[in-house]
Amino acid sequence: MSGFRVLEPGVFSLFQDAGRLGYHALGLTTGGPMDGEAFYWANRLAGNAEGATTLEVAQGGLRLECTGATSVAVAGAAMSLKINGQTKALWRSHRMTAGDVVELGHAAVGLRAYVAASGGFEAPVYFGSTAVVRREGLGTLLHAGQEIVCGAPADSDWALPMEKIPRYEAAVTLRVVASYQASEFSVEALGVFYGSTFQVSPRSDRMGYRLEGNAMATPTGGRLSEGIAYGAVQVPPDGQPIVLLNDRQTIGGYPKLGTVLSLDCWKLAQCVPGATVCFEVISLESAQVLVEEAKRARDATVLKRGT
Amino acid sequence: MPDDSVRIKVAGENALIVYLGNTLSSTVAGRVKQMSQQLSECLADQLVDLVPSYASILVIYRSDRISTDELRKHIEEFGKAASEPMTTEAGRLVTLPVWYGAEAGPDLKALAESNGLTPDEVVQRHHAREYRVYAVGFAPGFAYLGEVDEAIARPRLATPRQHVPTGSVGIADRQTAVYPAESPGGWNLIGRCPVRIFDPMAAVTMPMAVGDRIQFEPISRTDYLELGGTP
Repeated sequence: MSGFRVLEPGVFSLFQDAGRLGYHALGLTTGGPMDGEAFYWANRLAGNAEGATTLEVAQGGLRLECTGATSVAVAGAAMSLKINGQTKALWRSHRMTAGDVVELGHAAVGLRAYVAASGGFEAPVYFGSTAVVRREGLGTLLHAGQEIVCGAPADSDWALPMEKIPRYEAAVTLRVVASYQASEFSVEALGVFYGSTFQVSPRSDRMGYRLEGNAMATPTGGRLSEGIAYGAVQVPPDGQPIVLLNDRQTIGGYPKLGTVLSLDCWKLAQCVPGATVCFEVISLESAQVLVEEAKRARDATVLKRGT
Repeated sequence: MPDDSVRIKVAGENALIVYLGNTLSSTVAGRVKQMSQQLSECLADQLVDLVPSYASILVIYRSDRISTDELRKHIEEFGKAASEPMTTEAGRLVTLPVWYGAEAGPDLKALAESNGLTPDEVVQRHHAREYRVYAVGFAPGFAYLGEVDEAIARPRLATPRQHVPTGSVGIADRQTAVYPAESPGGWNLIGRCPVRIFDPMAAVTMPMAVGDRIQFEPISRTDYLELGGTP
């Protein structure tokens, strides 16, 4: 059977598919890939359907031994990829046979990489999705000795053209759609938010990215907890913004001043603590056009034949 | 704004948030339930997910299938219907058994003392009325129920517990809830419910959605164990 044995699980590796949709009313969050773009390419390079289950590997340190022939593709943070000790390229597929050892070192740039294997990984399905959300008790981190099953090798090898490979940077500008309680924030507070630079806090995780910088005043008065959208920027009373991501709580009562464009949430998810973040406002219409264009460009990309 | 008007705000590139009131009340929870149902029935193919809460619904939509303006129009239409008074029968009725007492509810005695009641009176008042689900969140299956009799309302503990056992029934201010799984928590614990509210391994979970009605029913320790409650 095609698959792998986990020799070393790495720092933080877990199964992710496109995420758990339709269960917010039960209080379940979505989960899913923190970097939707790298996740998309890993699957496409491995010849998989969009949304197939991958391994999301944060910070590297993963070592797998192949137990049955398959193809793998790794996309995302610039981790060193080795197969049987030989350096291999990310953003392309590689055939593997039983006994081969694939290894992901620590990331030089970026934080998360996606390992896709042909046919996708088989993983327990909870509420229609394999996305692991530890806070909810849905699935676990990858562990040493675990046997994981995937599909037989794809017919062809593929590579993403060099110019299409995303670049991960230590300074990002995130585009924000003004939303929720934006009009309740003072002009001064919004000036601080859009006019200054923040640092990614070490207390950032799959729930949300905490940012540190000039504190801004927050609207007074309590409010009833309400649904939190992916990318929403909430500002608790300490005046430091938090961008809520895949494993966010479904409801919360802190005021929110905007929502980061999904394409930019993916960039943020590749930032390590200390990275610098700026914000700029965009209209809802531009946001929708940008998302649509990005999707079209991705779908229209022609992969190169691997060798 | 008047409490029955519908306000719609942008919540992101593919999300709108609909406000159906300003206050926590059974009527508003009923309207949230009604509009959530309308949205999921009429726009199933256009929506990704809904987050109903106390007085709002976050509507996450497929912007490639419905424009923001079209969605706003639908919501405004539903809003006209939702402003009609709700009947009390709306929302499913769920009965949950509870083993009340000092052993199951370590804060029962303190709550009774601080509120000038006997523990039995607290218990009596807790199961005497029907509650409505105001919101679901915090943890999977954690339903915020309201409102408890003012006489048994009590603020959260100053220091939350690290471990609240599964099924614990607590009170925080004028809300009450059953902890679906062991977790940290600061609610005043008065009993335990043997029904497994949320099981990640099970295909079905306890059906408690915003707007549903909950009735607690007192049971003995023996009943609690027979019904599968964890000791």
